[in-house]
Amino acid sequence: MEKSRYELNKELAQMLKGGVIMDVTTPEQAEIAEAAGACAVMALERIPADIRAAGGVSRMSDPKMIRGIQEAVSIPVMAKCRIGHFVEAQILEAIEIDYIDESEVLSPADDIYHIDKTKFRVPFVCGARDLGEALRRIAEGASMIRTKGEPGTGDVVQAVRHMRAMNAEIRRVQNLREDELYEAAKQLQVPVSLLRCVHEHGRLPVVNFAAGGVATPADAALMMQLGAEGVFVGSGIFKSGNPAKRAAAIVQAVANYTDAKRIAELSADLGEAMVGINENEIALLMAERGK
Amino acid sequence: MIVAILALQGAFAEHAAALDRLGTDHFEIRRPQDLDRPFDALILPGGESTVMGKLLRDLDLFEPLRVRMAEGLPVFGTCAGLILLARTVEGGTPCFAAMDIAVKRNAYGRQLGSFYTQAPVLGIGTLPMTFIRAPYIASAGPAVQVLAQVDGHIVAARQGNLLATSFHPELSADLSVHRYFLALAGRAQ
Repeated sequence: MEKSRYELNKELAQMLKGGVIMDVTTPEQAEIAEAAGACAVMALERIPADIRAAGGVSRMSDPKMIRGIQEAVSIPVMAKCRIGHFVEAQILEAIEIDYIDESEVLSPADDIYHIDKTKFRVPFVCGARDLGEALRRIAEGASMIRTKGEPGTGDVVQAVRHMRAMNAEIRRVQNLREDELYEAAKQLQVPVSLLRCVHEHGRLPVVNFAAGGVATPADAALMMQLGAEGVFVGSGIFKSGNPAKRAAAIVQAVANYTDAKRIAELSADLGEAMVGINENEIALLMAERGK
Repeated sequence: MIVAILALQGAFAEHAAALDRLGTDHFEIRRPQDLDRPFDALILPGGESTVMGKLLRDLDLFEPLRVRMAEGLPVFGTCAGLILLARTVEGGTPCFAAMDIAVKRNAYGRQLGSFYTQAPVLGIGTLPMTFIRAPYIASAGPAVQVLAQVDGHIVAARQGNLLATSFHPELSADLSVHRYFLALAGRAQ
């Protein structure tokens, strides 16, 4: 009765639920994030807002920098590899990362194929804009899903759009007759076995977080009320006026996401939020990468 | 019997599902006013102990729960919940310090060290056990009854009304640890 590595990897994501995963670029930031109540950190060289500003090719972070962060904190450490770049993923597995984010935030290394994540022992989280993308990534071996949102903008509109789209499609699939699932699987370009699972349970077969553009406690609570099981916050924290205070406030807002009185208190005196850029003002839509 | 489940972060829904299957009433604790509802036992779920430890204090839940534990409230801690109960935490700060055990966090390493096994638990029988970035109990005081060991390390223990496992019974279809806890809590009533 050997339980598969994939089950263990899905179960780690279950342990992260109700938590906030924060982007950090240095061991010092990782310590601030851990002290503020992050349930995991995402180690990367530049936060999405800076990747966006810098342009050029954006790659996996220096393993030495990731190791520094692994040594600084006791919570799980995640890191990003480029879409389709299975050697970057092999490197991250070699340094025993806790979760790999095959991420559209970095420049894609392959414009057709994603990584065959079933070939790895280490878990993967992938971004998705709708149910089809989510189930395709799960079929490839992802053990956790997050909305793509639009990273590095501080604009939550796309994360909202993706979460609503995914949940609306899940509700639709739930209401299909069983003999209609084959056609639905064809339309969504996903395996019918995964669609059957969604039909039966009314949810994705793995944990689903919100990501991309979350900048305030209210944004985080909004995503939770829309059905996210936890939140990734990227640029929103360390691009703001008071990262430690904002991070702690977002953590509390996620734990009590329906308590408006408390979120009102948490939202007060946080200093300047990340300025952000509107989705209509950006030239590069990262969410369009990797479908 | 009403069981409160600490629902600040982690796998609290999985415990709720296990209690549903056993037909036991339960509710979530997220803020101080939740403590006004009567409850006979408490579950501290798996997740990140640093997050729960911080939120317990930030949300003013720590002191009232500590007092209830000192008064004999039955508590079941899994994984991070075990860490919250421990008197000593290697390389970390203890939280409730209610149980006379010293725990080693992330004792099996990172996620690649997570594993599944089966082992006998005293008074329950052989059980499936899922360890996710799990701690183990490095040492236990005289008042602590060791319930299970894996590879020479203590992974389940009981002290009076306190029960702790470093594995996750809530991830398994086997409900016997939850049943064991409910029986223990029932006798405490």
